[in-house]
Amino acid sequence: MLKVERIQVFYDAIQALKGLSFTVAQGEIVTLLGANGAGKSTTLKTISGLLQPRGGQIELDGKPLAGSAPHEIVRLGVAHVPEGRRIFPRLTVLENLKIGAYTRHGAAIGDDIERVFALFPRLKERARQSAGTLSGGEQQMLAIGRGLMACPRLLLLDEPSMGLAPILVEQIFAIILQINREGVTILLVEQNAAMALAVCHRGYVLETGTIILEGKASELAGNDRVRQAYLGG
Amino acid sequence: MALSLDIFLQVLMDGIVLGFMYALIALGYTMVYGVLEFINFAHSEIFVLGAFVGVEILLALESSGTLAALNPAFVVLMIILAGMIVSGLAAVALERTAYRPLRGAPRLVPLISAIGASFFLQDFIRLVESVWHNSFYLSYPTLSLLDRSVRLGAMVEVPFKSILVIATALAMLAGLYLFVNKTRLGTAIRAVAQDPDAAALMGIPVNRIISLTFFVGGAMGGVAGVLFGLHYSLVNPYTGFVPGLKAFTAAVLGGIGNIPGAVLGGLVLGLMEAFAASYLGILTDGAFGAEYKDVFAFVILILILIFRPKGLLGEKVREEGV
Repeated sequence: MLKVERIQVFYDAIQALKGLSFTVAQGEIVTLLGANGAGKSTTLKTISGLLQPRGGQIELDGKPLAGSAPHEIVRLGVAHVPEGRRIFPRLTVLENLKIGAYTRHGAAIGDDIERVFALFPRLKERARQSAGTLSGGEQQMLAIGRGLMACPRLLLLDEPSMGLAPILVEQIFAIILQINREGVTILLVEQNAAMALAVCHRGYVLETGTIILEGKASELAGNDRVRQAYLGG
Repeated sequence: MALSLDIFLQVLMDGIVLGFMYALIALGYTMVYGVLEFINFAHSEIFVLGAFVGVEILLALESSGTLAALNPAFVVLMIILAGMIVSGLAAVALERTAYRPLRGAPRLVPLISAIGASFFLQDFIRLVESVWHNSFYLSYPTLSLLDRSVRLGAMVEVPFKSILVIATALAMLAGLYLFVNKTRLGTAIRAVAQDPDAAALMGIPVNRIISLTFFVGGAMGGVAGVLFGLHYSLVNPYTGFVPGLKAFTAAVLGGIGNIPGAVLGGLVLGLMEAFAASYLGILTDGAFGAEYKDVFAFVILILILIFRPKGLLGEKVREEGV
């Protein structure tokens, strides 16, 4: 479904991605692991069009993505739930969800809001509240729910567990699995490697802008290097 | 001391009229600041352009002899609409040519460009009017309807002109409120103002929303221009400078980037100015006359900003990106 080929991304003169390649197949959960600064978020931003690669190719269903603006990429069925949630703090919860469906029209939007409320009942209770008044966990739920409102075929999730209490992390990951079972392909960036490897099908390990390892979740979880670096031995 | 009630009510009315005028202009500053964090100093010329569109249409109708035959309410409505559209489109063109190419440049650069655009527009209007009318000082033809007034009680006479300004401003503000808060595009404007990158990830075409913001802000300035012309009658290409500066002040006073703040700031400033103009002389026994009204207004402004630097309704304009 998604094919990333040898992309190179720069922040001014600093090269953040050095010819990164990977693929995500329809229906998969694929995770990108790596330390801070390895280029995980940069990769997602490049796929969603916030950053433009200087070299390489990104293809969605065989069609090149690079060069398209973020709002055009959303229309192709790619939703990006960014790092740090980035909800709109002075819009209400409901407005945040509606704006997530900006590219869509029609009555189905109302049904999808109900679907998100079913996934995250807390959001329903707070529908009329400013999103900025929500707790960190609720904001993460809102960010994911807002991403789902675009009806994506491919969902990019950047650090959904960041700053959340362990019980919330488990909830969020259960929901990620559920979303995937409903047919959404997921590309997941996580610091919490244990959680990520528990839910994903395949993974890639990034280090300073290149992929140093790839494999099935079970292979990565059993790999010594991964265990030492990301799973705490 | 002549602090009689009738003067008080008259001054109150003047202040409200002036305040709504400032409020309408201030919206243009504050909305653009909301999405770009940048002060569009050429907005005062967008405002003047509206005033010139109004006067040109009226003069054309007058010279063709149709002005007297047309329903004056219709004429007023028409020039307000024309002023809105022309000013709105001019603001969009301004953003495309003078600001968008500088997106991402250091903050001072677009600011200088705005000041340059302001001079350019002033002298462009002057040039066109000089060629067209041989003069760039124009005055609005009299509309007899607007010279009438109604009596409220025994003491206050309210000119139709003032009612027109207040009613139009209220209608515009209500329309803007509904647009910004209740429509999909309005929500998109607020989303872009809060986090443009996240807005793009929602599928919002950020540049088109920025153009829309300039159009709406410009249109409000255009309405204010036409109302200014109808109310005070005389316009020239440099007319916009002082009201523009005051409206900018009103926007800061209310909390730049905050739409209700712009309205509140405009009304506060208008009222302070009107009361200072009428009462300073009386209260100080002539030591300070009406000419000190601006000093007074700006001293209040400075005091408010010392104690509330974010403005009356100010809040953090944009959340820090993580």
